[in-house]
Amino acid sequence: METDELIINMGPVHPSTHGVLRFRLRMDGEIIKECTPVLGYLHRGTEKLGEMKTYMQFIPYTDRLDYVSAFPNNYAFVKAVEELAGIEVPLRAEYIRVITMELNRIVNHLVSIGSLLMDLGAATMIMWGFRERENALQLFEKLCGARMTFNYIKPGGVREDIPEGFIPQLNEFLKDMEKRIEDYEQLINSNEIFMMRMKNIGVIGAEEAVNYGMTGPTLRGSGVNYDLRRYEPYSIYPDLDFKVCSRPEGDSYARYIVRIDEMKESLHILRQVVDTMPEARIVSNAKYGTAPMTGTPSAVSTYFPRIFTPPAGEIYSRIEAPKGELGFYIVSDGTTKPYRVKIRSPSFCNLTAIPKMVQGLKIPDLIAAFGTIDVVLGDVDR
Amino acid sequence: MIANAYELIVYILTLLQVYEPLLNVFQLLGIEYVLKIIIVFVEIGVLFVFVLLTVMFLTWMERKVVAMVQSRYGPMVTGPRGLLQPVMDGIKLIGKEDIVPAKADRWVFTLAPFIVFIPALLVFIPLPFGQSLIISDLRVGLLYIIAISAISPIAILLAGWASNNKYSLMGAMRAVAQDISYTIPLALAAIAVVMFTGSLSTVDIVNAQNGTWFGVIPKWFIFLQPLGFILFLIASIAEMGRIPFDFQESESELVAGFFTEYSGMKFAMFFLAEYAHLFSVSAIIVTLFLGGWALPILPFVPAALVPLVSLGIFLVKTYAVIFFAMWLRDTVPRVRIDQLLNIGWKIMIPLALLNLLVTGFLITAGVF
Repeated sequence: METDELIINMGPVHPSTHGVLRFRLRMDGEIIKECTPVLGYLHRGTEKLGEMKTYMQFIPYTDRLDYVSAFPNNYAFVKAVEELAGIEVPLRAEYIRVITMELNRIVNHLVSIGSLLMDLGAATMIMWGFRERENALQLFEKLCGARMTFNYIKPGGVREDIPEGFIPQLNEFLKDMEKRIEDYEQLINSNEIFMMRMKNIGVIGAEEAVNYGMTGPTLRGSGVNYDLRRYEPYSIYPDLDFKVCSRPEGDSYARYIVRIDEMKESLHILRQVVDTMPEARIVSNAKYGTAPMTGTPSAVSTYFPRIFTPPAGEIYSRIEAPKGELGFYIVSDGTTKPYRVKIRSPSFCNLTAIPKMVQGLKIPDLIAAFGTIDVVLGDVDR
Repeated sequence: MIANAYELIVYILTLLQVYEPLLNVFQLLGIEYVLKIIIVFVEIGVLFVFVLLTVMFLTWMERKVVAMVQSRYGPMVTGPRGLLQPVMDGIKLIGKEDIVPAKADRWVFTLAPFIVFIPALLVFIPLPFGQSLIISDLRVGLLYIIAISAISPIAILLAGWASNNKYSLMGAMRAVAQDISYTIPLALAAIAVVMFTGSLSTVDIVNAQNGTWFGVIPKWFIFLQPLGFILFLIASIAEMGRIPFDFQESESELVAGFFTEYSGMKFAMFFLAEYAHLFSVSAIIVTLFLGGWALPILPFVPAALVPLVSLGIFLVKTYAVIFFAMWLRDTVPRVRIDQLLNIGWKIMIPLALLNLLVTGFLITAGVF
């Protein structure tokens, strides 16, 4: 019997392409012969905007890159600016930054695992994940008034000190989360159908993964034990004790397990940070200006000038965002605005491996593999 | 002994002392068959209203069960604890524009929802809801049920084909492949039950399960046919098209499967048929393996109340099975289509045949 190839447009409006990604699939029956991601539906010209805005003005735009985990975006940009201008950061501010980023890592992995399971047809996990995420978001709200787009981390420190009652609430969250992760593991990890769907699906070997420029949990699922927090330490990570989680298999299941393990490690990190937090309530570099903060007698709030001119030069600075390596390349010409801002986003690089992963598999496998890549379209299209 | 719902209605009318005068009037006119037809229409009407109400209730129940598992409330606003939500949904769906895609095959597109919906109701005709609560005790009841259920794949294929949409077509193909490969183990598992009763009549099957061993264990076929029960349960969840086997929709893969292009009341008919199916298949599981309306307490119930009590028993059992299906949906992901077919052809059918063989041997050897 003669068969015909079928071309299917999956997206940009499709239940499991998480936003506006479009896959152009050349199908032979149920088998994917070729998969081409078509990008650009969410392009907002963020990099160009970076050239138009001053350094301080650009920070809110970074919130909108990977909107599921905005603190690391803030931090990555601010870190680049700080390195460019040589700004010192008080220790307490670094602690607060690590708290926000690790909390955000947990939030990110909850959303990622939840939507993966929802795409596989098990809707319970996303509700559970969002239940815990809500607690974390309330912490964020307490911290800076926003739930998703924070604009909290500033050059020289953070916007303001942690409020009263934040640490007890955080401790409660940590205690609660530990039990919840066990729940997730019981529900999902050894589920026969889940394993049938995930094992040996979307396999990518260590070498290929590196060649594609994959980073983050997606790369560590392929057995490459690479984490910038460990191998190019920044902030207070050198002082913290944590494990870099990786699995050798390189399939979807491995990537899922890596995420679960990372959530546990993040809890571990958070506990250490809370225990060793410095008492001195200085959260911003005092070089640029200080003002007594109302309400809390001992605290001094410092502000950073709105117009700020770093010396001419260029910098590439990267961090381990929840999705992988997030880097900002900034060229300064000694004016108030950057000459060029280039964003190296983890989602984009990880997404490039999808066509290779799913060739010869079926549409349901594409969804499983895509779910474990953990892509946010704001991060892909910029 | 009242055999079916028709006789029950006649019996009630006789008790109310209206049957005789009515019959006399119709006999006087020489058209007593008209009375028969009216009574049949009444019982069919009661059945359909009952089924539709159940279906509406099930859509509410599903949301509530899902919400319970996912630590949410579910519908709470319309009516007490959201009980009127299905009514509101119905009103909304009636108000929707009825879209037929420009390139669709208009006739087939319109016909398909009806072909899905009507068999979903017809299945209930030989189902005993309680002692003497059966529309018609067909001698080939079980065969009838399996045959009528087998109509829906045709309609699904029609719907998928007529929509002229790639997702619809793929959804329809999958649904048909699934239905065919799971009807076989379903029928094979049912045959093992028939080997015990020697009759395809659903009433005979229930009667065979009425009673106890050693005075405690009810004589349900689940105890004689544990493997058959599991096979039948899995196959019927596939028949219902629910997670983990919901390939007719595969929402996250094929948008909405074969009814991607449907809207308004046509969509509602697919939706209702799905829940009618859930109810009927659960009822069949109860009838075949869980003793139907039979329960060892029935002999102690006053004879006049037996139809009512047995209806209650039957519904409790059916809802237990339905709850299981809903619970399953919230717990497990969907399997892949090729894995599904593998399970069907390579595991379930051989097991069902083995089950038949062993059952046959044991019956011939006189163990049962």
